Amino acid sequence: MYARWVLTALLAWPLAAAVAVALAPPRWAKHLALAAALVEFALSVPMWWTFVPADGLQFRIAAQWIPAWGIWYAVGVDGISLFMVLLTTLLMPLSVLGSYAAIQQRERGYYALLLVLTTGMIGVFVALDLFFFYVMWEVMLIPMYFIIGVWGGDNRLYAALKFFIYTMVGSLLMLVAIIGLWYVVGRSTGTYSFDYHHLLGNVDGLGSLAYWFFGAFFLAFAIKVPVFPFHTWLPDAHVEAPTAGSVILAGILLKMGTYGFLRFALPLFPGPALHPTVQAVIVVLALIGIVYGGLVAMVQPDFKKLIAYSSVAHLGFVMLGIWALTLQSVQGALLVMINHGISTAALFFLVGMLYERRHSRRIDAYGGIAKVVPILAATLTIVSLSSIGLPGTNGFVGEFLVLLGAFRTYPIAAGIATTGVIIAAMYLLGALQRIIFNPLAQPENERLPDLSARELAILVPLLACIIWLGVYPQPFLARMEPAARQFIELVRPR
Amino acid sequence: MRLDFGNPGDLLRALLPELVLSGWIMVLLLVVGWRHRTVRDLRIAGWLALAALASTALAVFWLWWNTARAEGLATMIAVDDFRFLTAWLFLGAAALTVLLSFDYLEREELLVPEYYVLLLLATLGMMFVSGGEDLMVIFLGLELMSVALYVLAGINRKSARAAEAALKYFLIGAFASGFLLYGIAFVFGATGTTNLALIAVQIGSLDLARHPLLLIGTALVLVGFAFKVAAVPFHMWAPDVYDGAPTPVTGFMATGVKAAAFAGLFRVIGEGLYHAGVWREVVYGLALVTMIGGNLIALAQRSLKRMLAYSSVAHAGYLLVAVAAGSSAGAAAFLFYLVAYTLMTLAAFALVAAKGRHGESDVLIDDLAGLSRQRPWLAFLLALCMLSLLGFPPTAGFVGKWYILLAATEAGYGLLAAAVVLTSVVSAGYYLPVVMALYMKPEPSPDAHAGIRVGGPARAALVVAAVGLLLFGVRPNRLLELSQQAGAVVRPAPAVVPAGAGSPPAGR
Repeated sequence: MYARWVLTALLAWPLAAAVAVALAPPRWAKHLALAAALVEFALSVPMWWTFVPADGLQFRIAAQWIPAWGIWYAVGVDGISLFMVLLTTLLMPLSVLGSYAAIQQRERGYYALLLVLTTGMIGVFVALDLFFFYVMWEVMLIPMYFIIGVWGGDNRLYAALKFFIYTMVGSLLMLVAIIGLWYVVGRSTGTYSFDYHHLLGNVDGLGSLAYWFFGAFFLAFAIKVPVFPFHTWLPDAHVEAPTAGSVILAGILLKMGTYGFLRFALPLFPGPALHPTVQAVIVVLALIGIVYGGLVAMVQPDFKKLIAYSSVAHLGFVMLGIWALTLQSVQGALLVMINHGISTAALFFLVGMLYERRHSRRIDAYGGIAKVVPILAATLTIVSLSSIGLPGTNGFVGEFLVLLGAFRTYPIAAGIATTGVIIAAMYLLGALQRIIFNPLAQPENERLPDLSARELAILVPLLACIIWLGVYPQPFLARMEPAARQFIELVRPR
Repeated sequence: MRLDFGNPGDLLRALLPELVLSGWIMVLLLVVGWRHRTVRDLRIAGWLALAALASTALAVFWLWWNTARAEGLATMIAVDDFRFLTAWLFLGAAALTVLLSFDYLEREELLVPEYYVLLLLATLGMMFVSGGEDLMVIFLGLELMSVALYVLAGINRKSARAAEAALKYFLIGAFASGFLLYGIAFVFGATGTTNLALIAVQIGSLDLARHPLLLIGTALVLVGFAFKVAAVPFHMWAPDVYDGAPTPVTGFMATGVKAAAFAGLFRVIGEGLYHAGVWREVVYGLALVTMIGGNLIALAQRSLKRMLAYSSVAHAGYLLVAVAAGSSAGAAAFLFYLVAYTLMTLAAFALVAAKGRHGESDVLIDDLAGLSRQRPWLAFLLALCMLSLLGFPPTAGFVGKWYILLAATEAGYGLLAAAVVLTSVVSAGYYLPVVMALYMKPEPSPDAHAGIRVGGPARAALVVAAVGLLLFGVRPNRLLELSQQAGAVVRPAPAVVPAGAGSPPAGR
C-alpha cells in the first residue's frame, strides 16, 4: 500500500504545504515549513526498509497525463534515486532550521519557495517520463533563482541571472533533444511516447542523431554538475546564495547533473557516450575538474568560495567514477554523491554559522577560534576531515571506491585523480589551520558564542551520517549494487 | 448540421455570429449617439459591449455544438472548427480588453464610448479574416479591422504620441493592404478565382505551382501579411504604434489583432496556396529573422511597453515556425500557442496599464522596483506572465512552445527548433529583469506604487488570464483536442477534380 502512494505524496505534500505557508501569518511561516519538511522526511524514511534492492525500479506509478503526446505521470525509484530522494528529504528540514536566524524578511515567500523546490528536486529524481522530468528540471530552477536573487548577498542579481541563464541554455537544448528522440523513436516504432522505458528500449536506430542528442543532454547535465569549463556560475551562485540556498545547491542540485548522466544520458545514448574520443574528453574534463577545482580552492580568501570550488573537484570524482564503468567505480560515484551532499552541506552550514557570528566569510578574519568556540571548531574539523576523505569518515569510502574502480579502466587517470585527495587535504587543512588554530589575533573573535541547541540539531544528524557511512557503508552499498550493476549492463556495448 | 449555401436561410445561419455582432454594433452605436457625456454612459457602453461579445460567443457555440458544416463548396465563408475556435479567441481577447478598459478610460478621462463600438467593429473584422473562405472576404475583414484600429490607436486626441501612432499605423497599414491586394490580383490572374479551395484545386489541376504570376502573387500576399503580423523586417511600425496607442488598445493589437492576421495567413496558405512554390522558404526565413531580430532588439528596451512590443514581434517568430511546419500538428500548435500567447500578453499589458499614471504613457522596467512588497498579487501575476512568455513550466507558454517544437521537429526543421530555444534563452535577458525589478530590487520610495488602481472588471480579467495560464500549463488536454480538431480542417483541397463536383475542402 505504502509503495502505491509514497512518491505521489512526496511530490504533492510540499506543494500543498507551500500554499499553506504562503497564506499563513508571517510569524508562523518558519515553524510551519519545518513541520512540513519533517513530515516529508518521515514519509520518506520507510522507503529505506521497504526498498527491495533486487527489484530494480519500484514504488512505481504510471498514469496518463497528456495522452495526445504520449505523456505519462510516471515515477519510480531504484538504487540510484532512492538515496537522492532520501538525501533531499533529510536536507530539507535541516535547511529550514538553518534559515531560522538568517532569513528575517519576507519569510513566507522564502519558506514557500523552499517547499516548492523540494517538489521539483524529488520530481527530477523519481521521474520516469522525459516530459515530466523536464518539467521538474525547470520547475526547480525558478525557486532557486528567487532564493538567490531575493535573499542573497550584495551581488545577488548578477549571480542569480548567471545561474538562470546557464541552466536554461543547457536545459533548452536538452528539450529539443527530448522532442527529437520522441519523434525518431515514435516514427520507427509507431508509438509516440515520452515514457522512459519505451524510449530506452528503442534507441538503437538513431545513427548519427544519437551524437547530437547526447551532446544536448551532456551540455544540460554538465552545466549542472558542473564539469570543468561550464562551472563558472557555481562560485558566484554559492557565494551570493543564503546558507540554505548553498546547502541545497551543493547538496542536491549538483547531483541532478550526475544523476542525469546515470539515468538518462548514458543509458539512452551508450554509443556516443562510450565513443573513445568522447570518453577521453570527458575523463580529461573530470580530471581537470578534480585538479583545477582543488588548486583554485587553495587560493581562495573566501571560505565559502573555497568550498564551492571543492565541489567542482568532488563532482569530478563522480564523473570519473561514472565513466570508468566498473561496479566499484559506479558505486563509489554514487557514494561520493551522497557524501558530498552530507559533508558539503555541513560545511556550508558551518560557514553560515560563522558568518552569522562574525559577518565575514574571509578566512583571514578568523584565527584561533578553537579556544573560543570549541564545539564549533571540533565539528568543523570532523566535517573537513570527512570532506578530505580521511579513513573512518564517509569521504574515504566513496573516493577510495572510485579510484579503485577507475584504476582498472583508466590507470593513469586514477593516478592523477589521487592527487586530488592530496590537494583537498592541502586546501582544507590550510583553511582549518588559519580559521580555528593559529593565534587568536583579532579581538572581535574573542566573544563569539558557541553552537546553540538549534545549530547542534542541524549538525548532529549530518555528523551521525558522516560516521555511519564512514564505518559501516554496507547497507548503502547493498541497496545500490543491483542498480549500479544494471546501469553498467545497460551502457556496456551489447 | 449541413448548411447549403444556395439556400438563403442556411447562409444566414452560417453567418449567425457575425450577424449578431453586427446587430449589437448598431444598437451600441445608437446608444452611444444618444448618451455619451458622463462616466456612467461610458460604463453602460462597456457592459453592452460585453453583452454583445458574450451573445456572439453563444452564437458561435451554437454552430459548433451542432457541428455545422457547409454542404458542397463553401463560398465566401468557411464553416469549420478553425473559424469557431479563432472566433472564440478573438471574442475572448476583446472581452478581456473591454474589462481592462473601464479603469483606463476613466483614469485618462477619455469619455468616448465610441471606443467600444470601434472595438466591436475590429472584432467583427477579425472574425471575417479567420472565417473567410475567399480572398476578398479576408481582405475586407482585414480592412474593417484595421480601419477601426487606426481610430482606436489615436482615440486619445490630447496625446501627440497617440496621434503619431495612429498616423504611422494608418500609413503602414495602407501600404500593407496595397501589397496584399496586389498579391490577390496576381493570384487571381494565375488561377482565375479568389476562392481558397478553388485556388488549391486550380494550382493542383493546372500544375501552376511554379507559375510566375502565382509566385509573385504569393510573395506579395506574404509580404502583406508579414506587415500585419509585424514579422521582421516588416515590423518597424509595431513598437512605435504599440508605444503610442492607449495601453488596452495596445494589448488588443498585440494579441487579438495579431492572432487574426495570423489566422488569416494560416488559412490562406493552408487552404489556398499550400502547393504554391515559394511560401515555405519565405515563411521559414521570416520565422528565423523574426525570432532573432525581435529577441535581440527587445534586449535593449528599457520601457516596459516597448519591451512587450518587441517581445510580441519575437513571439510572431515562434508562431511563424508553426506556420512553416504546415502540418496538422503545426496548425494545432499554432492555435494552442495563439491562445496561450493571448492570455499572457494581454495580462502583461493590463498590468502596464494599471501601473501607468494619468497622462504618463511610459513605464520603465525599473519603475516596477519593489512592487512585490506593496502589491504582492499584482507582482505575482506579472511575474507569472513573464515566466510564461519565457516558456517556463507549469504555464501555458511552456506547453505552447513545447508544441511548436514538436511541430517543427515533425516537419524536419531541426534548425528552426534550435533557433526557438536559443532565442528563448536570449529572451530571458529581458523578461527576467522585470522579475528582478519586481522582487529583487527595493522600491525607490514608500509611495512609489501608490497610484495603482485595479478595479473589479480588470481584476476579473486578470484572474481569468492567470487561471487560464496555469490551467493550460498543467492540464492542456481539452484545449489540445480542440486545437487539433480545428487545425486538422485547414488543408488544401485535393487536386484533380472534374469541374462542378469540387470536393468540399471544409465540408468534412
